[in-house]
Amino acid sequence: MNWRNFEESLFKILMLISIIIVVSSLLIIVGLIVINGASSLSIDMITQSSSGGYYLGKGGGILNAILGSLFLALPATGLAYLLGIGIALYLQRDFTYPGISGFIRLSLDILWGIPSIVYGVFCIMIMIAVGFGTSLLAGILALTFLELPIITRYMDESIKTVPYELKEGSYSLGSTKFETAVKVVRRQAMPGILAGVLLGLGRGIGDAASILFTAGFTDSIPSSVFDSTAALPTMIYHLYASPIPSVRSKAYAAAFILLVIVLLISIISRVLLRKSGRYVIK
Amino acid sequence: MKEKMNIQIETKNLSAFYHGNQIIKNINIKIPSKKITAIIGPSGCGKTTLLKSFSRLLEIRDDVLVSGKIIVDNEDILNTKRNVSDIRKKMGLLSQKPYPLPMSIYDNVAYGLKIHNKISNQELDNTIKHCLCEAGLWEEVKNRLHDPASRLSLGQQQRLCLARAIAVKPEVLLCDEPTSALDPITAQQIENLLLKLKKEYTVILVTHTLRQAKRVADYAIFLYFGEVIESGLAYDIFNNPKNSKTKAYMTGDIS
Repeated sequence: MNWRNFEESLFKILMLISIIIVVSSLLIIVGLIVINGASSLSIDMITQSSSGGYYLGKGGGILNAILGSLFLALPATGLAYLLGIGIALYLQRDFTYPGISGFIRLSLDILWGIPSIVYGVFCIMIMIAVGFGTSLLAGILALTFLELPIITRYMDESIKTVPYELKEGSYSLGSTKFETAVKVVRRQAMPGILAGVLLGLGRGIGDAASILFTAGFTDSIPSSVFDSTAALPTMIYHLYASPIPSVRSKAYAAAFILLVIVLLISIISRVLLRKSGRYVIK
Repeated sequence: MKEKMNIQIETKNLSAFYHGNQIIKNINIKIPSKKITAIIGPSGCGKTTLLKSFSRLLEIRDDVLVSGKIIVDNEDILNTKRNVSDIRKKMGLLSQKPYPLPMSIYDNVAYGLKIHNKISNQELDNTIKHCLCEAGLWEEVKNRLHDPASRLSLGQQQRLCLARAIAVKPEVLLCDEPTSALDPITAQQIENLLLKLKKEYTVILVTHTLRQAKRVADYAIFLYFGEVIESGLAYDIFNNPKNSKTKAYMTGDIS
């Protein structure tokens, strides 16, 4: 066997090993969660709020955490999208100089790298400074900061690939930069924009550190944005810290539910991506 | 160009600089109304730059500088207080590769109409049908108006671009090698359409296929390294070029 054939088969084996590691880790994670959480999985988990405090909280389900997670992540993703789409469209050559857009991109990349706990501390400081404390609002704010650079950079990369000739076609019909950006560029970049938003949502709904201080923890469903709220990641964190085995098993069940929600998001995103790609000009 | 004719566009000392390089140099030309004027010349000689300057598309890029005058309807469009979108609306553009907008066939034509006027649905339907007929596309798409434009063939897309351009009632059609991405038969269709449309519009055709220019052009402008070498009746330029460079280009000695 000559060297080139050996090289070929060696790389084949190395690639196979990588794939096996990745796929099996997914299976092990899901398996571990299901096996450990199965005893606690019941309809009560998703229909009842928790009771008896978190540390020793045997009673009830985790409805407050599921709703809390949605109340936190959905508005945060919406806000991050609204802020991000403006930035991403502005970063185009049509609106600004390459020097300025380069600086904004660098800033966003740095923001992307900031650990989420830092956003949490930053946001709770702001909230305390303006006279509020731990609340749903503070949590939304922290998640918005966390998701903003991810969503914006993703949308930006997608908008960058819009061919200049497409914009030129729109300009030549007499449309303004704003009309071109919002009606043509946004539509052409839609698959990338959606992918960015869903990536941000996935990141936001699963993050514990940024909402640890900001959203706090409670057994009840929040009734206003100034109430504290539980969320799935913080619920898992608190339940798993308990010394009682049955409470720890609830943590696995909560993790399973979080996994299902993330899976649902990813399925919905695939359907939406296919739909939004219909009109894209290749 | 000594005979009496209506002038659609006149340039005076028009120059364009890109990163400090002068792409077109002191261009003084007159483009007659409702005729086909071909801009010919080797690639990189500034044909497209000249064409795009007419609808002020160059200035979207911040690194391009345009000087001189472009007079359209007794008005210098480079120095006017009027909104740039009003100027662009007068100039329809057909680019090298067709780029329909990322929406349905119907919306592609409706887009320009909707941004400029408030228009009733009935009127919109009629205008869209009219424009698609003018572009010779109606019969092929009338049953699938709400399909994405991306599903059309390249030739159909180019005709859709033509339909969307004439929907905003331009005076001039700027065609930047509109057939270079198309096969010979579809290219022929586009040429025939241009011949039909010159009754209503001034057509400026950038091309580097000489045969195409010969087939359709009434007037021709020969551009070489950013300078106008010769301009006039297409017949004269192709058959009796006065300048030695034009002659060399016609015979294929320079390209």
